[in-house]
Amino acid sequence: MSTIVAPAEVEVSEPSIEEEWEHDRPWVVIVWNDPINLMSYVTLVFQKLFGYSLAQATKLMLQVHNEGKAVVSSGNREKSELDVSRLHAHGLWATMQQD
Amino acid sequence: MLFHRQIRGDGDRVRLSLNAGEQLLLRDLLDQLEPLLADPDDPALRRLFPPAYSDDESDEQYRSLVRDQLVTGRAKALATMRATLGSDTLDLEQADAWLRALNDLRLVLGTRLEVSEEVDYEDLDVEEPRGRDLAVYGYLAWLQEQLVDALQPASGR
Repeated sequence: MSTIVAPAEVEVSEPSIEEEWEHDRPWVVIVWNDPINLMSYVTLVFQKLFGYSLAQATKLMLQVHNEGKAVVSSGNREKSELDVSRLHAHGLWATMQQD
Repeated sequence: MLFHRQIRGDGDRVRLSLNAGEQLLLRDLLDQLEPLLADPDDPALRRLFPPAYSDDESDEQYRSLVRDQLVTGRAKALATMRATLGSDTLDLEQADAWLRALNDLRLVLGTRLEVSEEVDYEDLDVEEPRGRDLAVYGYLAWLQEQLVDALQPASGR
């Protein structure tokens, strides 16, 4: 014989877990395609700022060019802001958002 | 038009050879851009200071944090370019300043010209102001390509 046991009232702590989870979710830095920056320049900037090889940087640049955007780095909010500001210093159109 | 390469890589230096007319043109462009930096909110500079966040509040915080630094960095790069227009060699730090300064000049000029896709230089009329600006825009791209090539470590020189 089975009995249905009503679950005991549990104090719901979901909002704070959610907040924590929000905080921990990584940020991604996105570079958007634009008609002004030269493809060779964008490739060089990716190499210089993120230490990508020429092949990796070229692949990312082509993704930006062909698909309109590419994720170029990820991490916590502080690191992502720094990455965005370095890209902005080089005139690239970069934004950041939570993954 | 005859094009020689004005910029070449040479080990840990970059060789530069701009004629007097080129130096004059670049100095004139620097003269135009430098005072604009006094007001980073000028719409002409919108490509130099793009938003980092899609929500206004976060973006305002980001701006207040990095704006001054971005302005100072840009002004320094333009000043380095100006000071070395007549040089025949650039060290890598100066070359990096040139790279960013040339890009800023192209971004501002390209924004003004509302460059959308690949620029068609075929029916460019240099008698028209827009034609002249497009010619300058193309020239800056040519210079920047050479500089990128000179700085590309894997270009196999």
